[in-house]
Amino acid sequence: MSTTKLELEILRYDPEKDREPHFETYAVACQDDWMVLDAINHVKDHMDTTLSYRWSCHMAVCGSCGMMIDGQPKLACKAPVSDYAGQKVRVEPLANFPIERDLVVVMDDFMDKLKRVKPYIIRKDEKSIEEGEYKQSPAELKKYKQFTLCINCLCCYAACPQYALIPEFIGPAALTMAHRYNQDSRDQGLAERQDEVATPEGVWDCSFAGECSEVCPKHVDPAGALQQLKIATTVQWYKGLIGMGGK
Amino acid sequence: MAYVRPVSKTSWYLARRSYTVHMLQELTSIFVGIFALILLWGLSAVAAGPEAYQQFLESLTGPGMVLLLWVTTVVMFYHAVAWFSVTPKAMPIQRGEEFVPGSVIAGAHYVVWIVLSVLVLLLAGVF
Amino acid sequence: MAGINKAFFWSLFAAGGTLTAFVFPVLVLIVLLAAHGNPAEIMGFEQMQGLLSNWLGKIAALGIIALALWHAAHRLRTALHGLGLRADSAVAALGYGGALLGTVLAAYYLLQI
Repeated sequence: MSTTKLELEILRYDPEKDREPHFETYAVACQDDWMVLDAINHVKDHMDTTLSYRWSCHMAVCGSCGMMIDGQPKLACKAPVSDYAGQKVRVEPLANFPIERDLVVVMDDFMDKLKRVKPYIIRKDEKSIEEGEYKQSPAELKKYKQFTLCINCLCCYAACPQYALIPEFIGPAALTMAHRYNQDSRDQGLAERQDEVATPEGVWDCSFAGECSEVCPKHVDPAGALQQLKIATTVQWYKGLIGMGGK
Repeated sequence: MAYVRPVSKTSWYLARRSYTVHMLQELTSIFVGIFALILLWGLSAVAAGPEAYQQFLESLTGPGMVLLLWVTTVVMFYHAVAWFSVTPKAMPIQRGEEFVPGSVIAGAHYVVWIVLSVLVLLLAGVF
Repeated sequence: MAGINKAFFWSLFAAGGTLTAFVFPVLVLIVLLAAHGNPAEIMGFEQMQGLLSNWLGKIAALGIIALALWHAAHRLRTALHGLGLRADSAVAALGYGGALLGTVLAAYYLLQI
């Protein structure tokens, strides 16, 4: 079995012992088909059991293993070691989030913001069970389907320059969720979500750098969602001016 | 205590090539503003009469002005190309279950651009 | 500058960006040609006056100049913030104020033609 030699420079931070993060280097002989996550698992299993990081599915659906690999926000389970063969690879926790410990970041800010945009179907008039299900055609589903693919990995937040500069910014994934529900034909909550979306720290802090869509491992295109949300929010505002506000 | 990494508020855009490109695109608006002011100046000259307008036309021929106009021309073409490339993302057109491809939407913009440009050139007396 | 008003400024930015993308390249090309004095009759006074004396020409000219200024004001506000200038309210007031002044001036000159 041929091997790929990798030198991982991993950020270490123990909140109980360290004042600042520092880097430690681990030389790993990887199998050629490994992902960076496998190399990190190898470090933890055989070299340094104190290393802390999040991971779970190892197939890019759970969103747990987001981290900065050579300065790029990626899922560690989706980054082949062959991309970094013979190099030193810097592994750091996701940018723009406080470091809890080693490669684990504090996600509370995102969880709060996700809640604020009300990412669920909101009805003004509920149907009773006897009236049957809310029907949706394939075309209506297609309208928002792409935005449902988000796995909350937070790579987009790590890439977003506005989130880096303005911590209050609600951010790409949360705002994409707002748009996903606004576009859902079963939803009647657009006006209600405006309270969070149509604010400076809502969609207006987005400068359309497009970095979020560049790094998204699931091709959700949050940048597109946010521009569409800006247009929808603007239309809603003008409607409000002439008294046609409620949706 | 969770550790917060500092971010430079003044040089973050140099850290990554795509950030720098984005910042440069934002700064094309400087030239949009400058050219709008030149047009406003021309407007005031037309309103003031033939002598004032002749002076305006002569001011355009100064070397500094010519250089500015050259730079502005290049930047304005760049602005148009950049703008047309991102417009499809902001206005998805759904036909049944499929979306019109972004290249078609961008292509339509270029067609309108060319038609409008020819029209304006005709109106300005270039041909 | 309440958050709600950002929709207004953004819509002007978007309209201005679209309009300038379509017409500024050809317009600046024409001014560049005039600056080189070639062809000689380009942007002649009578022609300009003719174009701008009818109402369609006035509306087009006002729309183009005004929206371009509002576009630049809004985009520069974001850009300056990104470059580290944090006095957002001051930048907004100066930028939008300038765009408003430009709009009023354009209308004023157009009414005289």
